[in-house]
Amino acid sequence: MTIAQFLIVGSALFAIGLYGVITRRNAVLVLASVEVMLAAVNVNLVALDAYLVDPAAAGQIFALFIIALAAAEVGIGIAIVLMIFRNRRSANVDELDLMRH
Amino acid sequence: MTHLVPLLTTILLAAEEGGAEAGHGPDVGITGGPLVEYAWLIVVLPLVMPFVITAIGKRLPWKGWELAWLTMGFVAVYGTVLLVAEATTGVLYHKSVHVADIGSFAIEWGFLVDGLSIMMYFLVGVVGFLVFTYALGYMKGDIRFTWFFVSFTLFAGGMLVLVAAPNLLQLIVGWELVGLASYLLIAHYWEDYENVDAGNKAFMTNKVADAALFIGAIILAMSVGSFSFEAILEVVASGDGSSLLSRYAFWAGLLVFIGAMGKSAQFPLHVWLPDAMAGPTPVSALMHAATMVTAGVYLLGRLFPFYLDPEMIFAGEVRTIIVVIGGITLFFVGLLAVVQDDIKKVLAFSTVSQLGYMVAAMGAGAYTAGLFHLFTHAFFKALLFLGAGSVIHAVHSNNMSDMGGLRKSMPATFWTFVIGSLALVGVFPFAGFWSKDEIIASLQHAGAENAESLATFVMVLAIGGAFVTAFYMGRTVFLTFFGEYKGHAQPHESSAIMTVPLWVLAGFSLVIGLVNAPGLYTGFTDWLATRTTAMGDHHAESLNYLLAVTVFLVIVVAAVVAWRLFSPNKETQAQRDRFSIPVLYPLLRNTYYIDDFYLNGIVRPTMGPAAQAVLWFDMNVVDGIANGAGYVARVFARGVNVFDQRGVDGLYNSLAAATEGAGGVLRLAFTGRVQQYVAFSFLGAVIIVALVLIF
Repeated sequence: MTIAQFLIVGSALFAIGLYGVITRRNAVLVLASVEVMLAAVNVNLVALDAYLVDPAAAGQIFALFIIALAAAEVGIGIAIVLMIFRNRRSANVDELDLMRH
Repeated sequence: MTHLVPLLTTILLAAEEGGAEAGHGPDVGITGGPLVEYAWLIVVLPLVMPFVITAIGKRLPWKGWELAWLTMGFVAVYGTVLLVAEATTGVLYHKSVHVADIGSFAIEWGFLVDGLSIMMYFLVGVVGFLVFTYALGYMKGDIRFTWFFVSFTLFAGGMLVLVAAPNLLQLIVGWELVGLASYLLIAHYWEDYENVDAGNKAFMTNKVADAALFIGAIILAMSVGSFSFEAILEVVASGDGSSLLSRYAFWAGLLVFIGAMGKSAQFPLHVWLPDAMAGPTPVSALMHAATMVTAGVYLLGRLFPFYLDPEMIFAGEVRTIIVVIGGITLFFVGLLAVVQDDIKKVLAFSTVSQLGYMVAAMGAGAYTAGLFHLFTHAFFKALLFLGAGSVIHAVHSNNMSDMGGLRKSMPATFWTFVIGSLALVGVFPFAGFWSKDEIIASLQHAGAENAESLATFVMVLAIGGAFVTAFYMGRTVFLTFFGEYKGHAQPHESSAIMTVPLWVLAGFSLVIGLVNAPGLYTGFTDWLATRTTAMGDHHAESLNYLLAVTVFLVIVVAAVVAWRLFSPNKETQAQRDRFSIPVLYPLLRNTYYIDDFYLNGIVRPTMGPAAQAVLWFDMNVVDGIANGAGYVARVFARGVNVFDQRGVDGLYNSLAAATEGAGGVLRLAFTGRVQQYVAFSFLGAVIIVALVLIF
């Protein structure tokens, strides 16, 4: 197993996530795509940590933090999406142009 | 004000020492110690006080009167202390502060403490204090009460500047200050146009004389090289017949005398004084009887050696004019008092007449007699005016045809008025007797010893003047206090604040003549001789018994005639004027037509064309200048407007337009779509990474 294989998987995951964020119209799926992008970052962190043999294992600890952070972020994200859905009967990202101007 | 208390202590201590220690100032013959070194307070305090009263007067319990009153009290006490020191040990002090230079002339400000000025300090202080006390009662409830005392205190300040002056310039400053105060106070009730007119008349008449005084003062200063009296009198004392002063002395002396004629209301410039009675009575008493109008006589006294001039090197020839003017004034203007109905005008013409006596005495070379009459006259004439004020206060009219029989309802006023009248008429032993008989004796002396025949003629006029004085004062007393009351108001005696000053002045009128009673005490003569320069031969006057008896008989005859004519108290003006003589009576009633002549002969012909000329000047020149300036301003403004509209506004407008355009372009990028933002962000990140990798 070379490091390149891990990085290719990470990049593929990141690309898939980015594609999902940009193209999905449902806000829940956009959040899911963000999770995919975070997973790609985690893969990279852990792979590079192992490859560089870091005695402090900073990459792996960082990955753990990101997982916890991602959980919190999804909690808040889902809550916001739910509130928007309740108010507008829709969770369609295209229609959310309230930030305009 | 904080160091006033230690100062007063110093003053009182100095009074006990009697100023025995020698002074250390820069000038000659200085005695008097700290007492005189602080004498500048006499001048400065009344000058500062009007401003203080203006600022805080209305908030005080007596509306500023108390400040004015305390100021006059201070001057009175200081003046009295100085007079006592002068009488006991002798005081002489002179201090000048160099202020500025004009060419080679030094402008100095200073104060003199010599016999002559001490007499005036005492006079202004004591009479002023009594009049200010009286004025509280008289002016009660006046619409401009505080302002009245501001002007009145300003007058005292000006008068003290005048009498303290060691040089002509300072004297002129004081001279104009009292003129200003006089103008303000005559026109105190300016709601009536007549009063404003009277104020203007006083001011203008004085200005005519003042112009002469200025020119005279300038000639004196140019020929001596200094404005200081001391320098002028030193040249006189040197008796240098080839000096510049000697060459121009006649004209300088004449012009200065014309100035004195204006202030001291001498014929034919006397016309303002009777009209000045439009002012409140305390003003008439203090300014237009006791002090301000004597400034002219004072000036003649200040320059006395210059006029005395026995060798006729300097202004000796002017004395002939002075004595004649004095003689005309004392008799012919005095005669006008006989036909007046307004009690204050009687006293005003009487004042002019008495000033004539003083001027005639000066003209006859009788320095002491003239100033002695100034001194005594101040007390009894102030008393008479205040008494008249008390009567006017009670009957609400100035006219004697509204009075009569007031003897019973106003006893205090009656008795003090009688004492004042006796003093003015010159009955032994009242104050006027000593001074008036001294003047007549001096005129006789000048006529006999110095072969000045005009002086003898004026002496005859002066005896005639005594007859006239006794006649009009008798008439006034009889018409006012005897017979039946003819007015409408309920007469009542004035309050104590007004009667107490009357009694005090009556006391002075009774005894003040004794300061120069030949054979008894002649201190006054010595005081007046205490000057920084020698006074020359001004022969200490003595009583001439023959003349004294003659004058007394004349007075008695006049009183009897007055009693015969006026005691029954005729009810109408026509009856009262029973003594009228066809030509003389209208002449006197119209004051010799002098006022008419001035009005129709000078004032109106001057005012008409002058007003036209001024109007033309105003319409064409002044308006032209104003319009031209307006036109230039308008053209300029137009230019400025173009620059503002195009230049300044254009700059800001284009800035705004550029910002708006940039915003319009940039806003296209902000669609509000989150996913676009994400895409752009990613693109940006890619570009940054690419750049980092490339470079």
